[in-house]
Amino acid sequence: MTAPPLKIRVPLSREDVERLKAGDVVHLTGTLITGRDAAHKRMVELLERGEKLPVDLKGQVIYYVGPSPAKPGEVIGSAGPTTSSRMDKYSPRLIAEGLTGMIGKGYRSDAVVQAMKKHRCVYMGAVGGAAALIAKSIKKSEVLAWEDLGTEAIRRMEVEDFPAIVIIDADGNDLYKIGREKYKRTA
Amino acid sequence: MAIREIEAGKITEAVRKMVIEANTDIGEDILGAFEKAKQTEESPLALSIIDQIEENAGIAAREKMPYCQDTGFACFLVEVGQEAHITGAGLEDAINEGVRRGYKEGYLRASILNDPIERKNTKDNTPAHIHMEMVPGDRIHIKFSAKGGGSENMSQLKMLKPSDGLEGVKEFVVKVASEAGPNACPPLIVCVGIGGTFDRSAFLAKKGIFREAGKPNPNPFYADLEQELLRKINDLGIGPQGLGGRTTALAVHVEVFPCHIASLPVAVNIQCHAHRHREVTL
Repeated sequence: MTAPPLKIRVPLSREDVERLKAGDVVHLTGTLITGRDAAHKRMVELLERGEKLPVDLKGQVIYYVGPSPAKPGEVIGSAGPTTSSRMDKYSPRLIAEGLTGMIGKGYRSDAVVQAMKKHRCVYMGAVGGAAALIAKSIKKSEVLAWEDLGTEAIRRMEVEDFPAIVIIDADGNDLYKIGREKYKRTA
Repeated sequence: MAIREIEAGKITEAVRKMVIEANTDIGEDILGAFEKAKQTEESPLALSIIDQIEENAGIAAREKMPYCQDTGFACFLVEVGQEAHITGAGLEDAINEGVRRGYKEGYLRASILNDPIERKNTKDNTPAHIHMEMVPGDRIHIKFSAKGGGSENMSQLKMLKPSDGLEGVKEFVVKVASEAGPNACPPLIVCVGIGGTFDRSAFLAKKGIFREAGKPNPNPFYADLEQELLRKINDLGIGPQGLGGRTTALAVHVEVFPCHIASLPVAVNIQCHAHRHREVTL
């Protein structure tokens, strides 16, 4: 059996950023910001031009998701994580801007991990392909910016017991490496 | 054999229905593979991930919600009997219309862009990716698979040297699965195409996404190769979602074709656990 999930508030407190360790199973409650490929590209382009972002990222946790359309009367459609590595090019800049957490799936680049350690940020994984289950933990969703991007728009989501796992903590420990090493068999 | 007429509207309706079903109701093949994986999985965290994925499958089927928000590139493998005559519209148009209707009515995500560089969403998930083959008979057999982008991105192709041989093939397939790691949403279905030309090997690999998970290649030699590759991939320790474990892949599907004396092409099309496929004969 695995330990029961840690109940964690989002945005993350400074204490939680330091306390969370690779391998911790968490249930997140509070507010998340969402964004994926197209929104990341636009955000970094704005910052490079010295302009303001439509959303203040300071202290926020971003979830990489492009939900399926909500049915009438529903808060959201299915909403599982997308592959994080496509955001790697942009993440160090956004971490410097104040992100304290990211949620996605898959590997991160060394540059992202270095930025996480320097600015204190945690990378969490949600279960890819568990999109209908994850949608149940999303209680409210509204578009904050760039509605023209459709599924890729920036949203604010209120979540309750959103299931995630700490993959890389603010000290750079990486569950992908630890877990794989443990179950690897050599012929 | 006499020509048999098939109304295009019937094709559209069959496609509309199958894209919704495949995206919301994951097949018995995958559910069976999860149950089997739980018998051999050693990691408690991995077991809890499989439980979450199974719970997700139940919610998706009951509430007619997409199993994954990435409802995929609509891929079709169509076998057209040479005695079949389609009336009322073109076959490709009829399929695309079914995709358009199904993705809208099923509240499935539109993920297709008009152009790889301009990148504007077409908003109805068309065009579909359609591969047609002419076969004997007067029927049309349509296979559909919703192919997610995350796993597709971890696919690779290599033109091996004939001297690399079977060992070279095995090494490459395991390397691709290893590099896919957590990005491709394991547990995976690893679809392998060996032989043919550069493009044919990729198509052979792609055929694997239409196959019932774990159904062996009819040739015993390649059925054994599938099992050997599956063992080797699961020995990588990647596990469900890459968090460590014994279940990195649920199945390996191998397809082969004759090839040139100078060539040994190998393609690996990575499929995630959202192995969403249906087929229908009209």
